[in-house]
Amino acid sequence: MATQTDILNDLAAIVEDIAGVDAADVQLDKEFIGDLDVDSLSMVEIVVAAEEKFGVRIPDDEVKNLKTVGDAVNYIDKAQG
Amino acid sequence: MTTRVLVTGLGTTSPVGGDVTSTWSALLSGQSGIDTIKHDWAGDLGTQIAGEVAVDPSDVLERVKARRLDRSGQLALVAALEAWADAGFALGDGDGDGTDPERVAVALASGIGGVQTLLTNYDALKEKGPRRVSPLAIPMLMPNGPAASIGLAIGAKAAVHTPVSACASGNEAIAQGIDLIRLGRADVVVVGGTEAAVHPLPMAAFGQMMALSKRNDEPDKASRPWDKGRDGFVMGEGAAVLVLESEEHAKARGATAYAEAAGAGITADSHDIAQPDPAGLGATRAMKRALVEAGLEPSDIAHINAHATSTPLGDVAEAMAIREALGAAAERVVVTSTKSMTGHLLGAAGALESVATVLALRDRVVPPTINLDDPEEVGLDLASTKRDLPEGDLAALNNSFGFGGHNVAIAFRSV
Repeated sequence: MATQTDILNDLAAIVEDIAGVDAADVQLDKEFIGDLDVDSLSMVEIVVAAEEKFGVRIPDDEVKNLKTVGDAVNYIDKAQG
Repeated sequence: MTTRVLVTGLGTTSPVGGDVTSTWSALLSGQSGIDTIKHDWAGDLGTQIAGEVAVDPSDVLERVKARRLDRSGQLALVAALEAWADAGFALGDGDGDGTDPERVAVALASGIGGVQTLLTNYDALKEKGPRRVSPLAIPMLMPNGPAASIGLAIGAKAAVHTPVSACASGNEAIAQGIDLIRLGRADVVVVGGTEAAVHPLPMAAFGQMMALSKRNDEPDKASRPWDKGRDGFVMGEGAAVLVLESEEHAKARGATAYAEAAGAGITADSHDIAQPDPAGLGATRAMKRALVEAGLEPSDIAHINAHATSTPLGDVAEAMAIREALGAAAERVVVTSTKSMTGHLLGAAGALESVATVLALRDRVVPPTINLDDPEEVGLDLASTKRDLPEGDLAALNNSFGFGGHNVAIAFRSV
């Protein structure tokens, strides 16, 4: 069972790969668009990469609720059950 | 009084070098950039050779910037950044180099566009479904993507254009740049072309047209314009960019010019979608128009960088067209085909060959046409070895012709 820290670390690696943000800056309280300069197209790429990595489905309607890294980690954690 | 348009910056990434200095030096030394294609897919194809770029763009560009661009966009950006810096400009908007972004334009062409992105995403769609198609696919594959990314990088706000006319595209972009300055729509225009079509589908498609050389066992000898043993062109990839600037703007900032982009001639054959007019009539008219627009006489032309792709028909038709356009003066013109070394860069060809033409005028030296072992009798002074040009005022033409019957000749003058 992945812990929230594991999810955060894996998600940070994805964000670094796609958006070029230093993984160390990808913290739970950071907003993807406001703080990490992730644009809307990169956000779609991050979501798809996260679905693949964590084996979850993140519907398009849900993406707008994932404002912060913490939102995404919580969603993935719950979706993994 | 027509506005003089100067060439104040050059950039390229080509099969023979990752920048202008290395490319020019390789061309002058007669070095071929054609080699066996290293990808696994090549084994299935009739033609397994190409001129891939000497320096991969991923070695030069920031990783995240590169992954958001089609390979054609990556190559274009590499060449444009070199040209922009070479012209003495800084990057971005309001950068203090005194240039108004609203007076800066881009005309950056491609013959085929983001074909690798298109096909890679189609593979992802078929194999993994629509959710695996990249959200960046459209901006990456659209033909204007490279031009737009250059516009973003340099802060161009006058206009961003992408002329498309197959293998004449690069020259058409240069012609458009000259027009933009002469019409007063811009002071500085970044012009050129890019192509990244070394991929199994375009290779197979050109192969089916019987257009490609099959000299797989001798890659460096496969591109041999005007040689009797030629059997088709060799696909090349790369990009080349020139910074065009009004004389007034260049003088005001103390820029150094390589040459003057003196005029362009654009015509259409209206003969066939793929074959050139066998008498080269459209090509002749393009060269004549370029001379008129540039205010030049045939006897002013010292050098022609020919389109000459190494196809059986095209090379001879162009030679006839040159003789027709220049008359008796044609015999004194040193003619070369740099495609003998780079292969055919399609939509980037005119731009790369214009870079070579400009440097030939500046350095007074013409690169050789390599592999010209058994030349056709075409009645021209073909440069089978590197040749010197005389001192004094000189002019040169660069020809590019494309499927669709597009003919574009650009006239350059020494400064």
